[in-house]
Amino acid sequence: MTPDRPETPLSGNGHRLRPTDDLTGVERAELIASMTPEDADRVPELHEVDVPDELRERIEAAMSRYPQLRSATIPALWAVQRHHGWCSPEGIRQAAAVMGLTPAHLVSVASFYDLFHLRPGGRHRVLVCHNISCWLNGADDLLGAFCRATGADAAAAAHGGASSPDAEFYVQGFECLGACDLAPMASIDGTYFGPLEPADADTAAEQLRSGAEVLPDKALAKRPAAGGPEPEPDPRVAEGERRG
Amino acid sequence: MASETRMLFRHLDDPELRTLEGYRSRGGYAALERAFQELEPEELLNELEGSGLRGRGGAGFSMGKKAGFLPRGDMEKYLCCNADESEPGTFKDRELMHKNPHQLVEGCLIASLAAGARYGFIFIRGEYSEIADVLDAAVAEAYEAGYAGQNILGSGCDVDLVVHRGAGAYICGEETALLDSLEGKRGNPRLKPPFPAIQGLYDGPTLINNVETLANVPHIVRNGAEWFKGFGTEGSPGTKVVSVSGCVRRPGNYEIELGIPSRELIEGLAGGTPEGRTLKCWFPGGSSSPVLTEAELDLPYTFEDMAEAGSMLGSGAIIVADSSVSIPELALRTARFYHHESCGKCTPCREGTNWTVKMLERVVRGEATPMDLDIIASVQENIIGNCLCVLGDSMAMPVGSMVAKFRSEFEEAIELARASDEVAVHAVGPAAASASQPGGTGREAEDAAGGVPEDVAGGVPL
Repeated sequence: MTPDRPETPLSGNGHRLRPTDDLTGVERAELIASMTPEDADRVPELHEVDVPDELRERIEAAMSRYPQLRSATIPALWAVQRHHGWCSPEGIRQAAAVMGLTPAHLVSVASFYDLFHLRPGGRHRVLVCHNISCWLNGADDLLGAFCRATGADAAAAAHGGASSPDAEFYVQGFECLGACDLAPMASIDGTYFGPLEPADADTAAEQLRSGAEVLPDKALAKRPAAGGPEPEPDPRVAEGERRG
Repeated sequence: MASETRMLFRHLDDPELRTLEGYRSRGGYAALERAFQELEPEELLNELEGSGLRGRGGAGFSMGKKAGFLPRGDMEKYLCCNADESEPGTFKDRELMHKNPHQLVEGCLIASLAAGARYGFIFIRGEYSEIADVLDAAVAEAYEAGYAGQNILGSGCDVDLVVHRGAGAYICGEETALLDSLEGKRGNPRLKPPFPAIQGLYDGPTLINNVETLANVPHIVRNGAEWFKGFGTEGSPGTKVVSVSGCVRRPGNYEIELGIPSRELIEGLAGGTPEGRTLKCWFPGGSSSPVLTEAELDLPYTFEDMAEAGSMLGSGAIIVADSSVSIPELALRTARFYHHESCGKCTPCREGTNWTVKMLERVVRGEATPMDLDIIASVQENIIGNCLCVLGDSMAMPVGSMVAKFRSEFEEAIELARASDEVAVHAVGPAAASASQPGGTGREAEDAAGGVPEDVAGGVPL
């Protein structure tokens, strides 16, 4: 190590960063250990972990549906998120114990997908699509309106998501949700609504707070075919139906 | 005036269609009975190949041929239905599954039989949770009726069908990334070959088809390949569900026969652009297709004509941008999507999407120079064809086409943003204005206006 090397900067957790070439074997092992969550690379034993019955049943049911149990990884993470509200370290450990996988594997998968939350967030999840068709129809205003209605930080919501101060809402500007016909639209707790006006954000937030049905007239399920009512069948289609 | 030809969309808004009884009473599951009780798998394959049905997910490859690539023999084979519909502008599979789930379930079961697959999976994007609930209910009904599970209709064939919910990743619509995701991993694409037909899910031969492709299967099996070829064009028989969105009056899904003029789709069925505005550009096949302009509106909407015009029909998703839309901002929105969705495995895509977004942000903020447009164009050229999958290409093609076709608008945007920055700097008063050097950036102007001096003093462009 050269004596006049400038002082190394501090990392986020206060450790002084040093080039790993300068480290002794012991120091390197300590560094690696400090970067690894506890027990991440070891499959937890079921008797070590307290797994809620309902969560365990859901994960085991998912495992039974696939020829190889690893395929149940995403369903298991969904079960964890449903039970705990997010993919908490505790929930990850529980799923790892049931599936016989390492928590590290589950976290590596969870961190890849946009819908899994590795941090706690607001209770109601509002995803506002801000991709092309929704943007062309005013998605930025809608996202802003949801932030005002819930108190979530607008800049953070547009770049990765933000929770409201009362932890009731999590608002996120989301990439295409596959409902460009509803533009601008939002997915609220997994259900699609659109086309929405900025004023709908206040209504929806109020309804979510009071437990009322959310925007019943704007739900995707209510939307008829764009081409209008069923036309007379095409003669070739009708002929096929007669034969069938 | 064009009209729809509803085959897959027949009885679409009839709420009974979602139930097994309602679907059966409208002719449903007759094809499945024929396939499992009357046809040999070879005959079934011949029927599918003879129909000329082309894949509806974007590539447009013959569905029957693809199924025929699977090796014969006793090894475990799989069917995957790609319902990870995530391409911006595309929402046809959502409506097909939501309103007529049994059509897809029947198609998956028949295709499984044709491919010799013991397991079928419907990989549906996690965002579509309410649609997945509908599919779950339909699959449960199919099991109850003996159409799925063991010894289907006494044929001795077993097919298990599982609805698998993804968790939000566009890349999982790429077929090998879908397989990795379905195996419980991060959704990274695989090197091809081997292709999934030879070595796919759990290393077994796997047939992967889009929702709309599989929804066509019951119609072909029930009425025969010849009947099916009576629809559409010679090169692409059947109907096509086209999603039209963006700046149109009646956005939505329209089931048409390919070959109608594109203008009839956009102006006729979808109602055209809002009052007082004109069409500026349109994506003919989702956000990854190079944009076309007013000049190409009268081209017939077919795979071949769109390819000849330098674009593609893709998944059949038209996005319209009207005269009020800034093309540089449209390019930025498009690029941001692919930047966000890049899985990070291949460098040209991971870095190329990142830098394209940064450069387009500079254009929109007025910090770019016209030379940067050449760099943007060259970055796109260096992405195309250099990755394991086409996600990077999917950004490079539309962004490259926008820069090529609307270059003057990019140059204007750069000039305009600079000019307005200068106005803004002078407007906040002499102190702020003097802090700014000639040729200063928009960011300096902002900082000066906000009273944050550090970056401004040197006047060094970023």
